[in-house]
Amino acid sequence: MTSCDAIVIGGGHNGLTTATVLAKSGRKVMLFEAAEALCASMQTVEIAPGYRTSALSHLVNRLAPEVIRATGLDTACLNRTPAPTVTLGAGEPVVLRGGYGETLDGVSAEEALAFAAFRQKLMAQAAILGRFLTRRPPLPGEITRKDLLPLTTTGLALLRGGRGAARELMRMLLTNVADAADEHLCDDRLRGLMAFDATLGSHMGPRSPGSLLGLYYRLTGSANGIPGAQIVPLGGMGALATAFTAAAERAGVTLRPGTPVARIEAVQGRATGVTLADGTLVQAPVVVSAVHPATTFLQLVDRAEIGTGLTRAFRRHRSRGNVAKLHLALSRVPGFTGVAEADHAGRIVLARSTDHVETAFNPAKYAEFSPDPAMEVVLPSLGQPEMAAEGCTLSALVQFAPYALRGGWAAGKAKLLETILARLEAHAPGLRETIVFADLLPPPEIEARFALPGGHWHHGEMTADQLLFNRPVHAAAGYRTPLDGLWLASAGSHPGGGISGLPGLNAAREILEARP
Amino acid sequence: MKRHDVVLIGGGHNGLVAACYLQRAGLDVLVLEKNAWVGGAATSRDTGTGVTFSNCSYVCSLFRPEIMRDLELPRHGLQVIAYEGGVVFTEDGDYLAAYRDHDAHRREIARFSPRDAEAYETYARDVTRQCRFIQPLLMRTAPDPVSLKPRDIGELLWLARRFGNFTAEEMAATARFWTMSIADFLDEYFETEVLKAYLAISGIIGTALGPMSPGTAYVLLHHYMGEVDGSVGAWGYARGGMGAVTQALASSFRASGGTIRTDAAVEKVLTRGGRATGVVLDSGEEVAARRVVSNADVKRTFLKLVEPADLPEPFLHRVRQFKMRGSSGKLNIALDGMPEFPALPEGCRCTMGDMHFSDSIERLERGYDDWKAGRWSADPFLDMMIPTQLDPTMAPPGQHFMSCFVQYCPPKVEGRDWTDADRDAFAETVVSQIADYSPGFRDRIIGMEVRTPRELEAEVGLTEGNIFQGELTFDQLLFNRPVPGYAQYRSPIPGLYICGSSTHPGGGVMGAPGRNAAREILRDMRLSPKEMRPAHDVL
Repeated sequence: MTSCDAIVIGGGHNGLTTATVLAKSGRKVMLFEAAEALCASMQTVEIAPGYRTSALSHLVNRLAPEVIRATGLDTACLNRTPAPTVTLGAGEPVVLRGGYGETLDGVSAEEALAFAAFRQKLMAQAAILGRFLTRRPPLPGEITRKDLLPLTTTGLALLRGGRGAARELMRMLLTNVADAADEHLCDDRLRGLMAFDATLGSHMGPRSPGSLLGLYYRLTGSANGIPGAQIVPLGGMGALATAFTAAAERAGVTLRPGTPVARIEAVQGRATGVTLADGTLVQAPVVVSAVHPATTFLQLVDRAEIGTGLTRAFRRHRSRGNVAKLHLALSRVPGFTGVAEADHAGRIVLARSTDHVETAFNPAKYAEFSPDPAMEVVLPSLGQPEMAAEGCTLSALVQFAPYALRGGWAAGKAKLLETILARLEAHAPGLRETIVFADLLPPPEIEARFALPGGHWHHGEMTADQLLFNRPVHAAAGYRTPLDGLWLASAGSHPGGGISGLPGLNAAREILEARP
Repeated sequence: MKRHDVVLIGGGHNGLVAACYLQRAGLDVLVLEKNAWVGGAATSRDTGTGVTFSNCSYVCSLFRPEIMRDLELPRHGLQVIAYEGGVVFTEDGDYLAAYRDHDAHRREIARFSPRDAEAYETYARDVTRQCRFIQPLLMRTAPDPVSLKPRDIGELLWLARRFGNFTAEEMAATARFWTMSIADFLDEYFETEVLKAYLAISGIIGTALGPMSPGTAYVLLHHYMGEVDGSVGAWGYARGGMGAVTQALASSFRASGGTIRTDAAVEKVLTRGGRATGVVLDSGEEVAARRVVSNADVKRTFLKLVEPADLPEPFLHRVRQFKMRGSSGKLNIALDGMPEFPALPEGCRCTMGDMHFSDSIERLERGYDDWKAGRWSADPFLDMMIPTQLDPTMAPPGQHFMSCFVQYCPPKVEGRDWTDADRDAFAETVVSQIADYSPGFRDRIIGMEVRTPRELEAEVGLTEGNIFQGELTFDQLLFNRPVPGYAQYRSPIPGLYICGSSTHPGGGVMGAPGRNAAREILRDMRLSPKEMRPAHDVL
């Protein structure tokens, strides 16, 4: 039997962040990860001989400066110019440069002004909402003096913008992205882009009330200090995974990849440690679960310890992915029609309009995939010969593709791949003949490959009813759980998904505060 | 020229409620109605078939009992007959009935799933809890959260205290409930698809959203907060049709000395020195008043009746952006006999209530997809009633009035205006759906009135045919309804007020917006609302 001060289950970037911060405070921390590799969804993988690409996430757009500071993360792989976003409609593309379109190419002067005004409004609103991301969410019934300060400063920040701006935020907060974009913009390509960004990764169409939250969330992120910016990391996402691992090692965390945890041990409502799959018992007064919260409570914890209420809450926790990941190895760099050569290094979004994204969402409601999906394409190997010595890799997120496809994915996968390739071919003629290797991961395969239940990379829908004090569920919100000594630190907790590290950091801070 | 204390534009139920309270407070009130009859969307008329129709709204439950008592509506002829039950016909020839009788209802659900019969108890309890929280908000003015006025702050504190009575778990559940979709909400309780389809309808009626859209669970409350004779959640038919509600209001108003002028369409609101001073009718006649109250929806009031120059541009912008997309239509059908429904056992009382043919959430949601694409649904959902089974005053013996509320039905057909041919095709879709379940139905039809958003707008004045005078989404509720900063029935023009369903708490034949508006007007006039008894919690 071994023992330590804290056990972290799950070696994703959030688990590593928690472990690093706890270790840096002088605690003896052990981290167990079932997979052979840490940060599985952030690895740079070789999909075909000589072709390397990012396994799941492919852009960095919300890695929190607080997390970089707290873990001492080496961010050399992010020393790149922010990538532009190219949105392809029916005609010429629009290119957004800098932090989410500080400057725009390809729209009328009038529309550029309208976009600048809308962007500024959204950025200001996102900055106010962003105050809530770097700390425990306020919990109803438990508002402490610690919560009052940020609540008050948020209130003041709201009023500082004037009463009109405060009212506008309260009106827009839970509105849908389609109406918000229609109110402010005329260009379908820009509206389509916002609709896509607001709904990416969630089971919502742009017309679903509350969908604007997704865009706010996106805009709370920054890269290299530029709000709204995005970076394709040098060496793929794997370079960042290596940096997270190195930070944990430097802090003295005992990293144990390839070591699945069988169950969380608890005695009389207190977590006491974990039993590994090989039967080893490891004891610690603090157990942090940085895996999907449903896995934590439905598989790792003894039901008798948590009661039926929590079990039921997790059964209805919504966490079914809607995005498929596509990897292509191409024998040469594709040319997207109308897109300048340099802009191919950015993010290319195929979303013609709000209606296009909404129509693509419709079938997902009935467990079907869209015959005309919207997608985001990145060519991560551009300018990096070590990623693809000859040719190019293409990484795309395609929505909407439901987790439980009617008729099953065994039959559906080839059809969806064909649909996607036809869409790509239409925008980049000749792309199909250069395909060396293609791999499509519908949500069930994302689930299996990255141990993400439901294949949902946010570890649970980021809709208003599963946010803040209801994330992941009320009884386990704010990183604490009904089981004393068991803490949550995955994207399933506040503030949510994406490569931010904030759930991990916030959890570590709460743990340190509870046990000084 | 005589100067009235108050001139009220539009004799819908909210306008009449406001008028009654103002008149009873000692003011001289004139109601101007463009049609030859009062009632707005709560009317009963015989359009030449010999059968009286509830032409627009068709059932009564939400109307606030405090208002009924204050204004002595039963004495002025209003009688609400609680109806029993309801039914969903399923595509496989079966049916799911609903009954008022608790045990019968439970047994019926258990026929599909004993587990759901158990869950129904929990469901009913949870929904009632939500109603209990929201109900007192209906009869209060929504506080402005960014105002520093003592009254707004006091009201916010009252709300916070009320919310503070909840346990932390209840608060979290409330936050979830307000933001989730009715489909997800029902999934948490039930496994029987047809039961979910029956219950989901309350979350989407009148709303341009599908059952899978977040926020629709809240709309459910709007249909659960009602009561008939103290029986909470009950629905009823107003005896003589929904016009009985507004006729009683008109009678009560006249009895207290008020004046109603019909066929008096208001063309413009007059202002002088930035203040509302009266109105001018389409005949050119001017009517002077110290205060003007509009029962018309927010768009009609501020974009048609008021000179744009009289309003600040940001306000006008918000009014233009206010979402009022119609989503429903209606068929009123006169029948020469009771239609037969072979799926039902002989003498099943469930036909007394609401009858539906949509047996799955997916069918409802697909109807919404049609609406988004600008089409009326090929497989619409119907909320169908035959009130004459309980109310014999509406039709000659043996004949019946059938009310068919139809959703989804877009304000424009694929971007263009409705034509008569569209309207007829729309009606045919509905009739053929009924005929699928009721053989011989077509032969029973002796008259029919078809209303699409076009007809609703032309006759009642509801912009885009939206029956709630504006969608009930979070961005248009409470202090956001209809325009942030103007959610307390006042407008940027001193002396001009609005009192219709565009204001808090929104649509339905409830009367709450009218009463709340009257209270604010009296406050501005430094009069006490003494005829207004305090709102009470029923639940």
